[in-house]
Amino acid sequence: MNRTFYSSLIMDLSRAGRRGYALDDHGFENDNSIPGHLLRDSAPILPQVDEPTLVRHYTNLSTNNFGVDTGFYPLGSCTMKYNPKINEEIASDRRIAALHPCQPAETVQGALRAYDRLQHLLSEIGGMTRFTLNPYAGAHGELTGLMIIHAYHDDHGDLKRTRVIVPDSAHGTNPASAAVAGYSIVEVKSRHDGTIDPEDLKSKLDDTIAAVMMTNPNTVGMFEKNIPEIARMAHEAGALMYYDGANLNPMLGVARPGDMGFDVMHINLHKTFSTPHGGGGPGAGPVGVRAGLEKYLPCPRVDFNTVSGMYEVVTDDKNSMGHISSWLGNYTVELKALAYILSLGGQGLAQAGPLAILNANYIKDSLSDLYLLPIEGRCKHEFVFDGLKDKSTGVTTLHVAKRLLDHGFHAPTIYFPLLFHESLMIEPTETESPETLDRFIAVMREIALEAANDPDKVKDAPLYTPVRHPDDTEAAVNPRLNYRSL
Amino acid sequence: MNTHRYFPHTPQDITRMLDRCGATALSDLWADIPEELRLKHPYDIPAGLSEDSLRAYFDALMSDVKPLVCFAGNGFYDHYTPAVIQDIARRSEFLTAYTPYQPEISQGTLQYIFEYQSMICELTGLDVANASLYDGSTATAEAMLMCVAAARKRNRVLLSATVNDATRAVVATYARYHGINLDIIPETDLGVTDLEAMKKMLDKGDVAGAIFASPNRHGIIEDFTGVADALHSSKSLMALNTHASALGLLHTPAEWGADIAIGEAQSLGMPVNFGGPGLGYMAVTKALMRKMPGRVVGATTDANGQRVFVLTLQAREQHIRREKATSNICSNQGLMTLWAAAYLALMGAEGLAEVNRLSHNGACALRKALSDTGKVKDAFPGQPILNEFEVETIGIDADAVIKAGIEQGILAGVKTDDNRLLIAVTERRTPEQINRLVNLFKSL
Repeated sequence: MNRTFYSSLIMDLSRAGRRGYALDDHGFENDNSIPGHLLRDSAPILPQVDEPTLVRHYTNLSTNNFGVDTGFYPLGSCTMKYNPKINEEIASDRRIAALHPCQPAETVQGALRAYDRLQHLLSEIGGMTRFTLNPYAGAHGELTGLMIIHAYHDDHGDLKRTRVIVPDSAHGTNPASAAVAGYSIVEVKSRHDGTIDPEDLKSKLDDTIAAVMMTNPNTVGMFEKNIPEIARMAHEAGALMYYDGANLNPMLGVARPGDMGFDVMHINLHKTFSTPHGGGGPGAGPVGVRAGLEKYLPCPRVDFNTVSGMYEVVTDDKNSMGHISSWLGNYTVELKALAYILSLGGQGLAQAGPLAILNANYIKDSLSDLYLLPIEGRCKHEFVFDGLKDKSTGVTTLHVAKRLLDHGFHAPTIYFPLLFHESLMIEPTETESPETLDRFIAVMREIALEAANDPDKVKDAPLYTPVRHPDDTEAAVNPRLNYRSL
Repeated sequence: MNTHRYFPHTPQDITRMLDRCGATALSDLWADIPEELRLKHPYDIPAGLSEDSLRAYFDALMSDVKPLVCFAGNGFYDHYTPAVIQDIARRSEFLTAYTPYQPEISQGTLQYIFEYQSMICELTGLDVANASLYDGSTATAEAMLMCVAAARKRNRVLLSATVNDATRAVVATYARYHGINLDIIPETDLGVTDLEAMKKMLDKGDVAGAIFASPNRHGIIEDFTGVADALHSSKSLMALNTHASALGLLHTPAEWGADIAIGEAQSLGMPVNFGGPGLGYMAVTKALMRKMPGRVVGATTDANGQRVFVLTLQAREQHIRREKATSNICSNQGLMTLWAAAYLALMGAEGLAEVNRLSHNGACALRKALSDTGKVKDAFPGQPILNEFEVETIGIDADAVIKAGIEQGILAGVKTDDNRLLIAVTERRTPEQINRLVNLFKSL
């Protein structure tokens, strides 16, 4: 990261007459057949820059950014693990770049085989029967999964199931996805240890419940050990069990959602399977189902025809829940995840979960004397502190998070889950070395000490980042959302 | 155990760390997971591959793909992709960053998204753009949800039959489960939205919004004269889907009076990549700003008085609204907005106009040459097109054309019916390639 702030926008660098492209004019006759009233009244105002200026601009911009390659990114629930470089090389193969999604199946067998291979590998890891790779993101996967559940109940003529049970600790996308899928939400409360109370759940289960959505380990990093009982109760009531795969990483090599009684799940390839987050996307949220639900998966679908020995793309199927994407999802993201799984192999995958769990517990047990641990016991991939133990200093979770930036760390997830006032959620992942964790622990201890001795300094953090205390209120009250508004 | 190359832990590290946790074995850390739930057998997944084995594996897969000269479009276009974009987008400060929750160390991402939003506003002519959606079809579905949310008590949305198939299918899926009454506006024999039929559908005054496309699924540039007025006088919103590159030339959504512009932005410098990642864009009028789904980046000032950027207007978003949400999107296509911004900056308005002009000229030349073969006729003669058109084959099946094309290394188009093909031309298609396609038809 730069200590100086590069603040130019590409528009600031524009000069009339500059250009950054060259196109071949193939000499086709100029055609003026489009009636004038169908054309723009005036040309758009876009920057005019040459290629070197553009490259330097974005290179400088990138130095204002912090990524996993820059430093430790203990952002809870986001699984910010190392993104292997070989995966980028493979996914940028020119042969894939040039592949049009409407190319007939017989000409893209290798590409379809890759899709099917990943589908099978995810099924093995999730304990499911079949996956679709089409959903574009975790939330999109949730929506797809709930639509599959909707299609299942519709198919069984079970039309009164209009509600979905979501724990109060769930990711915000769970209730939002359920709402978009046409469901109303029934919330179940967490117990003091962050897990679901099976009795409370039981009282809310009836024949209007379509699904129970759960995250396991949950958002406080605890494993829901009552899950077999919960699944049994849900199934007896005719509901399906949905697994939010945002927290799948610690289950690698440890347990499978399918074996826990889940019927439908999504996986965030950009979390568990190391595809880069790209500052927000593109991600991928494949959805898996247990046996009996395959027919409801979305189209297009990649089927293997055992007679012809060829892969086929099925674009229409009356049982399918419908279409959720234009084509087969974020295909190059899928290739990166496939490369990652094949790189690790069965054994490497089985190391990932345990080491992620080890790293999380190591940090937790090294800091719980200074930070308030609301839930005791072994965590899985992540855990939550309820701020500093010593509340007398007025130093909040936000201050601690901002002070971490001064020390070259990304902040943990803050103020989520909503169960605690000062949630500080830490997820180290398995790709961080013990030395990095030790440095982080030392800094967290230093901040706790500083909070006691010089609280105002912590409250003023970050002190050393090139940008300090952006005014969120100004941004919201007087929205300036494009260059013209500046 | 020897750990994989991506994991730093030595056996000594593991022992020391377990000791800190008061454990003796890794499995002590998940002793709380009931025995019957634990993995019963090792994954049925082969041993890990070295980089070279991995390269060989993927090389074999991609050798089983036939490269074809692309005359297919249907929403995804084989435009020029500048080499510098791939290079910039690979910078790991951009690539390996999360959503910019910590603006102090995320200005790189926030700035390029702001640039992207600004350029989408220029292209669409509308006031506000979001930080992007997944793809053109889901963006269109989000526009439908937005129409219903903005109208409050109206639950009916009209969708033109001329919107492309994949988009119509996705919109229909969202409508089905969300419980929206989605009615299809028929198309005329001329391959455009039947606007008279549309106006009649407004009679009951229960329409939240109507969604159109131009260029449409036949490649035709539609004329929306009077449409926005008709919709607005019945308090309905107008949403217009256009693939982003075309916005450089065509009458803009804002000029047509649309309230919402959406579409696929893959055509802004992204490879076709077997269908993804692409980029869904959305822009709206100022009146709809707080109803718009997705992330938005805005400018503000920091403690040092510098112009900086933050995620803003978050009260609209799902993670705040939870079950009251009208959209569940909580991310965007991130890096693809960098692709679009860098592409538009390299090309500028002039370059974008040139892309459209060259593509249009090539398409018109091909359209005429194909008609002259006598093997096809224009599906919609005389209708204005940009870079894509539909033909009806004479005496041959569309399948036969596609098959013969493949043998000659050409993707002749997209089959839209037994005897219909949708054919696209970009500035990348050379006279030699176009002649090959013409000769292909002649040979049939």
